[in-house]
Amino acid sequence: MSDTSEDRISIRTRLPAFLRRADPAVLTAFGCILLLLFLSSLYSSNFLSLGYLLQQLKVASFLGVVAAGVMVVILLGHIDLSIPWVMTTGAMMACAAASFGGIGPVIAIPFGILCGAAFGLLNGFGVAYLRIPSMIVTLASNVVAQGLMVVYTGGFSPQDSAPPAVRWLATGFVIPGLPNAILVWIAISAMMVFLFTRTSFGRAVYGIGNSERAAYLSGIDTRRVVMIAFAISGALSAFGGVLLAGYSSKAAQAMGDAYLLPAIAAVVLGGTSILGGRGSYLGTVAGVILITLLQSILSVMQMPEAGRQIVYGVVIILMLLLYGRTPPNR
Amino acid sequence: MSEWRYWLNEQRGTLMGLAIFLLMFAVYIANHPAGLTANVAQTAANKGVLFAFVAMAQTLVVITAGIDLSVGMIFILTNCLASWIVVGEPLPTALGVLAVLAVGMICGAINGLLVIYGRLQPIVATIATGAVYFGLALLLRPFPGGSVNEDLADALTGRLFGVIPSSLVALAAAVLLVWLPFRRSRLGRAAYAAGSSEQAAFMSGVPIRRGKFAAYTLAGLLAAMGGLFLTFFTYTGEAAYASGSGYTLWSIAAVVLGGVSLYGGRGSAVGAIFGAFAARTTGDMLFVFDVDPLWQPLLQGVVLMIAVSIGSIALLRVRNRLDWFQ
Repeated sequence: MSDTSEDRISIRTRLPAFLRRADPAVLTAFGCILLLLFLSSLYSSNFLSLGYLLQQLKVASFLGVVAAGVMVVILLGHIDLSIPWVMTTGAMMACAAASFGGIGPVIAIPFGILCGAAFGLLNGFGVAYLRIPSMIVTLASNVVAQGLMVVYTGGFSPQDSAPPAVRWLATGFVIPGLPNAILVWIAISAMMVFLFTRTSFGRAVYGIGNSERAAYLSGIDTRRVVMIAFAISGALSAFGGVLLAGYSSKAAQAMGDAYLLPAIAAVVLGGTSILGGRGSYLGTVAGVILITLLQSILSVMQMPEAGRQIVYGVVIILMLLLYGRTPPNR
Repeated sequence: MSEWRYWLNEQRGTLMGLAIFLLMFAVYIANHPAGLTANVAQTAANKGVLFAFVAMAQTLVVITAGIDLSVGMIFILTNCLASWIVVGEPLPTALGVLAVLAVGMICGAINGLLVIYGRLQPIVATIATGAVYFGLALLLRPFPGGSVNEDLADALTGRLFGVIPSSLVALAAAVLLVWLPFRRSRLGRAAYAAGSSEQAAFMSGVPIRRGKFAAYTLAGLLAAMGGLFLTFFTYTGEAAYASGSGYTLWSIAAVVLGGVSLYGGRGSAVGAIFGAFAARTTGDMLFVFDVDPLWQPLLQGVVLMIAVSIGSIALLRVRNRLDWFQ
């Protein structure tokens, strides 16, 4: 036994520095991306073209923005199940605000994000101050958000087509050839990396994920951190919804339903422990790209919806079995 | 503490669930134009048992400190399967019912294998298996359709002696044949012990793995019973994603309303049944109060929000701030 572990250590020390520091889960995720690209290129060489890859990154950026928020919550050891309808709320409210006279188009996007942040604050208050299990309170606020949107779309004549500003943000170009959505994702990612590695908030999130009791005893206002984390998750979910509305040029009911599983799966496949306290943002980026590629390849192969669901679930389970297992702690 | 007070303390959650349900049902009946007739009771029971079966399934897993987010999809899958094979003469129908129940158990067992022996986190693993089960349901029923043995369906959704809703009898049978034997068996105690403290249970030699595996497998079985009943009510199979995820979400709500602790080790399936009936009554209540159907999801959400916030009253009893972080 000791021989093999020594071998492993010596192999590790012989690797280049950047590989030595990297999380094995993140490396595995990137390895899976390369494998997926290789396998799909056997099917058709179009999968390796620059246009296809950029298109994938653009689609991935919606999921990426949502997953960034989910990751903050998962690092705390909590979960946010309110993503589907908070996304829809963000998208619908942004579209609604845009039709608000002269100032509308300016406040559309911030307003959508604020609505998401409000739901996040509600979740965070329930989890942090009322100590309701996060799964329950986010579930309930998901139903509340759904109810509000049903009333909104049914009771008033809704403005559901995305305003030009939102469309531009999702599909326009600032740099020729590079869709804005990717730039947005890069900007959000830079902020998240800064948040996790350079701020006391980020350290507190990891600390609470490992042991909330210990974090509290070391003087962190754990309740405030948890509440802010949920607010960030809500705001980013809503922002993802806004981008998605810009991409599909309208906000629709249940548009966020297809994002809950992928967002959580992306974070977990990226090596973040669902028990909290462990994970790197780079892994989440890898997870998002991995899942988007998988979905895209399955749809290009024209697999029917049923087959897609099955393959998708099986692949996620296999990848989790490959490197997402919890350690045997006895 | 004397024996009965110990028992009362253990059953507090279940009694709370019963109280919530009775209160809501009383308000519902008092405002129902027809009052409490056999017909009203039958309709209420038939809608409630679907929720109740799924909530019971969820309870078994939650007791082990896990969560089953695929339970609604097992329900939908077995509904689609039943619309194919629970047809024809009595013998093929009986075999079909057995096959449907077996498929549910297999789905539950797969979840159990992944969580216990594959060491995956229940949340993620069951979301993924849920996608697979829904995919299989879509394969079986790309479009809604199919049929079911109508004699059996009518017998199980009708009334016994003209008064008692037979779906309630079936639910009681499931409690007597599945839940109580499990609760009293060594494996059931192991499931509770694992949910309460896995480490301590392991150290004292409790068969936690087998106990948890039994809980997941029986959860699949109960979800399949729910799926069968859905087929009996609708006479069709339909692979509706929204319906599956809706049942999953409300099963968790019912479990909470029924006093089952999401941290495991506490609560009973009977409480979850009352929780499920209470959750179901919320929807019915809006109809008797003539609320615009448009507002129904919002009001249900608000009721759910208030219900889950009630548990936080316990915080007032906390003396030491560290007790927050249990």
